[in-house]
Formats: sequence, C-alpha cells, structure tokens
Amino acid sequence: MSNSDGLFYEKVNDAFPESIIEVVDFRGERTLVVEQAYLKDICLFLRDEEDLVCNFLEDIVADDMLPEFPRFAVNYHIYSIPKNHHIRLRVPVDDPDDGPDSVGTVWPVAYWLEMEVWDLMGITFKGNDKLRRLFLPEDWQGHPLRKDYPLGYEEVQFSFNWQAIDAKKPYAKD
Amino acid sequence: MGVEQKLGNMGVVTTRLEDLVNWGRTNSTWPMLFGLACCAIEMMSTQASHYDASRFGMELMRPSPRQADLMIVAGRVSRKMAPVLRRLYDQMSDPKWVIAMGDCASCGGIFNNYAIVQGVDEIVPVDVYVAGCPPRPEALLDGIMTLHEKVRGEKLQEWA
Amino acid sequence: MTVGMNLGMPGGDNIQELSVEELRAKYGSGLEIQSEENMLLSMGPQHPSTHGVLRLLLELDGETVVNLAPDIGFLHTGIEKNMESKTYTQALVMTDRMDYLAPMSNNFGYILAVEKLLGVEVTPRAEVIRVILGELTRILSHLVWLGTSALDVAAQSVFLYCFREREYILDIYEMVAGQRMMASYFRPGGLWRDVPEEFVPAIRNFLDFFPSRIDDYEALLKENPIFHKRTKGVGVISAEDAISMGLTGPSLRGSGVNWDIRKSIPYSGYENYDFEVPLGTEGDVYSRYLCRMKEMRQSLGIIKQALDRLPDGPVQIDDRKIVPPPRSELGRSMEAVIHHFKLWTEGFKAPKGYVFQRVESPKGEFACYLRGNDTSKPARVHFRTPSYVNLASLPIMAKGLFVADLVAIIGSIDIVLGEIDR
Ligand code: SF4
Repeated sequence: MSNSDGLFYEKVNDAFPESIIEVVDFRGERTLVVEQAYLKDICLFLRDEEDLVCNFLEDIVADDMLPEFPRFAVNYHIYSIPKNHHIRLRVPVDDPDDGPDSVGTVWPVAYWLEMEVWDLMGITFKGNDKLRRLFLPEDWQGHPLRKDYPLGYEEVQFSFNWQAIDAKKPYAKD
Repeated sequence: MGVEQKLGNMGVVTTRLEDLVNWGRTNSTWPMLFGLACCAIEMMSTQASHYDASRFGMELMRPSPRQADLMIVAGRVSRKMAPVLRRLYDQMSDPKWVIAMGDCASCGGIFNNYAIVQGVDEIVPVDVYVAGCPPRPEALLDGIMTLHEKVRGEKLQEWA
Repeated sequence: MTVGMNLGMPGGDNIQELSVEELRAKYGSGLEIQSEENMLLSMGPQHPSTHGVLRLLLELDGETVVNLAPDIGFLHTGIEKNMESKTYTQALVMTDRMDYLAPMSNNFGYILAVEKLLGVEVTPRAEVIRVILGELTRILSHLVWLGTSALDVAAQSVFLYCFREREYILDIYEMVAGQRMMASYFRPGGLWRDVPEEFVPAIRNFLDFFPSRIDDYEALLKENPIFHKRTKGVGVISAEDAISMGLTGPSLRGSGVNWDIRKSIPYSGYENYDFEVPLGTEGDVYSRYLCRMKEMRQSLGIIKQALDRLPDGPVQIDDRKIVPPPRSELGRSMEAVIHHFKLWTEGFKAPKGYVFQRVESPKGEFACYLRGNDTSKPARVHFRTPSYVNLASLPIMAKGLFVADLVAIIGSIDIVLGEIDR
C-alpha cells in the first residue's frame, strides 16, 4: 500500500465532496469509485494539485460485470512520476452509449486508450470524436469483450469427426 | 564442385526437361519476407546464422510478392488480415507454393475464437503444414525439404 | 476473387474502382487530412520494416511526412476474451504469445497478478530464478530489437551476430522449460519445476562471454558515421510529450525521464539488487539506442548478483490448493491424487476483487488487470502492453521527417505487433 492512499481520498473528498461513491481497498491497492459526472474534473484536479501531480495515465480498462448493475465500469490507472504514487479511479457506467467524459484533454494518450475501449467493449467517451474500429475490421458487428458476445468457438477436428468437418470446411482454391 | 569427379569428363549430361526445371525450382525457392506473429521469429532464426537456410538456396527473402515463389505463412491469421493475405497470394507469380508454418496457420492452434481464421487453408491452398507452436527451425527446414520433394514430382503442365 | 481485392477495408471495395476522393474518405479513417494537395500512402501491413503487420497511413508532401495514423489489428487474436474461458493456469499459455520476443516477461506480469489476487507469496528461490530469467528475457528481446532495427538502417551483419547470441539464450529457455520460445515456465505459486543442474554453469558462461559480444555490436554501430546520420536528431520527443503520451521503458528513458518500475514499484525482490537505470538526454533514436545497449549491461549485472545469492530450497509454495503435488506423491497418497485431479480439471478459485500488477518488460511498462469472481476462471483480464501505448507517440516523433527516417523511428520504439493487437 502506498502511503499516499489516504492523501488521495482526503484531497478528492475535500474538492468534490459528493463525488466518491465508495473506497475499495484490496491487496494493497486503493480504488476510488467515483461518479461519472465528476470524472473529468477529478482527473484534472489530480494532475494539477501540487501534492498529487499525477502526470501519467497508465491505462484505461473497461470491465463488463453482467449480470450486476450498473453493468459496466471503467478503470483509470493514474500514476505520478515525481511523487511515485498511484491510484485507481473506477467509474460505474449504466449505459455504454452515454459513457464518461473523455480525459484526452488531461492526458493526450487517453484518446488512444479510449479507442481500444470503444472497439472492444463499446463504451463511448463524450468529447472523443476519434473513436473508430482499431483492432477489428471496420464493418465488424458488436464488441467482442462484452460478456454477451460469443467467443466464436469452432468445432475441433478429431479422427472420429474428421470427415464430417472436412466436408463442410471451405478449402481455398487456386 | 564434386560433380566432375563423379561424372568424369563427359561434357554432356542428358536429362528430362521436367527434371531439370524442377531441379532449378527446388534450388532457388525464394520465400516472401512476410512474418505475422511468433512463428515469424523462428522463421528469422531459420534464416539467421545458426540454422542458415541459404544451404537450400533460399536465403533471399523477397519483400515483394511479385518476386517470390514461396509464401511461408508464419503465424496466426486474423479476420482482418485474411483478405490481405489472399491478395498477396494472388499477386505472386506462378509457380507458387504455400507453407503453413505453425499450429495457428495450420488449424487455428490454441486460439479457437472469433478473431482467428481456423487454418489458412480456408484462404490459400496449402502445400505443406508444419506443426509446432512455434515449430523449431529444424522443423521448418524439414517442411521446406518436404516441399522440395513435392516440387520434384510435379508435372510441367500443372503450371502451364 | 472478390476477397482478393479487399484490403480489409469497409465493404470490400475493389480498389481500382474507387475515385481518389472516395479513397481518401475511406482510407483516411483516423487520419486528419491536412491538405488536398498532399499524397496519401498506405505503408504495410506487409512491409519489411514495420516489424510485423503494422499498417501506417501516411500523408506525404513529397517525401516529407505531414501526418500519420497507425492502423492496427491485423494480428488481433482475441487473447483477452479467450483467457476468460480458461482457468488461470490454462490461460497462462496465451500470455507467452503476446510479446513473443519476451515471453517470460509476459508470464511474469500475469503470474504476479494471479498471485496478488490469490494473496500468496512465492519462495525466495523461485523469486531469484524469476529475476534471472526475467533479465535474460530482457537481453533476448533487446537482441532482436538490435538486429532488426539495425537491419532497417541497412546494417545487415548485426542481425546475424545478434541471432547467434539469441540461440544461446533460447537454449537456456529450452533447458529450463523444454520449449525454445513459449516457455510458460512461471506458474502460480512458483515455477513449473526446479532448474536443472546445468543452469547455473550455463548462465555463468553466458555472463563471461556476453560483455565482449556487446562490445562487438557497439564496434559495428556506435561510432559508425552512417548510423549516426540515420539516427542522431531523428525522431525527437521531449520529456513532457513522452510522459503525456504514456511512453514507457527505454523509449521514455531515452528522453531523460528516470522512471523504471523495477525501482519505483519494485516487485519480486528487485529492491535488493544494485543497478542503474540508464538515461538518455536527447530523446532521439540514438539516445534510445544507447539506453537499450546500456540496459543490457545492467541486466548482466543483475543476473550476476542474483546468481551469487541464489538460495536453496523449494521453488513452489506448499499450498496444495494452488500448486499440484509432485509426481512422487501421487503413488502414495490418496489426498495428493484428489488435489491433482481437482487442480487439473477445475483449477483453483480466486476471490472476488480486482488487481493491477505492473512489471518492467523490455519494452516498457507491462501491466495486467485481473478481476476474479470466486470461480476458477478470470472474469476479466486486460493487459496494458507497452508497445500499444508507445505506438501512440509515433505521429509526434515522425512529423516533418522523411519516410526513410520513419523506418528508423519504428525500429527505435521497439514495437511488437503481437502485443499491440493482442
Ligand atoms: S503457432 Fe504458436 S508460435 Fe506460431 S503464431 Fe501460433 S501461437 Fe505463435
């Protein structure tokens, strides 16, 4: 546990008294679960506050917690290189089409990370107009990392079902 | 070269045209410089100092498909890559062969999911499959020798 | 044949039938075109210097790069999704195949995350062996980087030398794990098995001959005027830009930012080793080259210290719920058979909660986000892969330079497509 965990909570709670929904401590990592509406302001605050200087956005991770509610959550892993401390902000998201604000103006790399989240999990970010298909072909339907998206498993060919599968396998021609 | 001692001073060698052509093809198969994933690293090892594929006349990797005879599909082929792969194959000039290197290229390997084509034989006709994840360079060399064997038995009309 | 004409673009158009305007509209996805006068060029996905299947959309004014957008995903493997359908131990094999130049660093990150989620600590011997192999992996990856990026600036012989030494490390991999590349040697709760007897002498031998080999590489490149011309002052990124673009690893340290996870958030006992973090000053391709070369020497130092303190003892923890019983026990104890059966059919269960474990992989910060939900399969696995994030700063580095410089820059940020696309 980094010794700044308490500091993060105090500072954020002072500045945005109603923003923190929950504080989670698990395996020495502190998570501040915050309201979606406050996210961008908190990020800006974390970056500019003298004692925190969180100048480095490590990662944005989206999580699908089907069947829980709210279904989605977005995690921001934020780190401060000068102070050597880190924090995770977790934002519950009800409606993926009405996602959190983009933090691209705070850390430019966020535009790039948000693109991945949108492509694979389908959560939009307000203010990021660069969202596009990145990993998948442009005409792909759906967002594969969601829990209700099938894995797309194909039957494996063994000796007992060799012929049946061979017959319907689309072999290429010259 | 050693051949002279065996043949003596004959001056003339007679053979079938087909054999001569196939002999030439096996000894200068130029692969396409085209790596996809982990297997490509083993393909590079095969080319590099230790395993030295130039012993088989194939040290020359051609980045342009127009100059290549052999496509080594080294790695997994995603749904996004599949059209590109087929396009590259179509651009190669005849005669051309394909080696599917690694489990992923042969059958999808450990990735049985939405993103990976379950075997490149759905996209391009494959001549030799090399098993392994990744196949050792020796295995790839063996695959190449198997291909040479196959080429030696080919008829000229097949490519005409 | 329809499929042959499709470049993976929307709708599968025939490229010859589209007008230039339509092409710009479609191929420019992600690329903000600055001027109608400029030329659009698609570089890749099959291009020898993109280190895999990266595709770059370039907007060129003559030979100068005005703007560029990376188009990735040609190697998208669905690893994160696929891991959700496997048990924690089964999913391990997928991590090898992400950054296939440094398989053990990926294992390292994932395994530490699993152990953090389970709340277990491994034995001292396992920790030290992990460090040794982790650092060897760093050298392994840097060797491929050195070979291929030198090849990009037309120094062919370095490639051959690097791959010669790489074989030695791969032999060590094979010795400990039985596989040349995809080792999957680190397991939850320790290692797969103890290292064989030949391990320590083999590494000592490596420590003996490798420094002079690094000298050889440097003799080929460091003072080479052509290499200087191609790399000095090329692809400069300032420290502020590098931080705000999330650059990590040697690419970040080339700009003079002192940040290494092994120092700032130590894991696996890295706080006990004495090593320096090499820093660059200029932030150009040459600084990044120097950083990586020095890093190889530092890694040798760490391996040496680790070998000297390699303790005896078990390499697995004594928790039969996580680590399978040894083969010898199976014949004697019914309990062991039950544990064995349970572990290999069902796997261990991890508690509810989420963790984020960072490690310093050869390319930068590799991190694994793992969420457990009381079952034996992870509910969500996500990897923060350094190559993916580092690629975001490519447009900044390449603006205003020539296409030929672009090739050198791509080599210098050391990307691996398997890791970018996952
Ligand atoms: S067969 Fe194995 S090594 Fe080869 S591309 Fe597939 S996963 Fe990688």
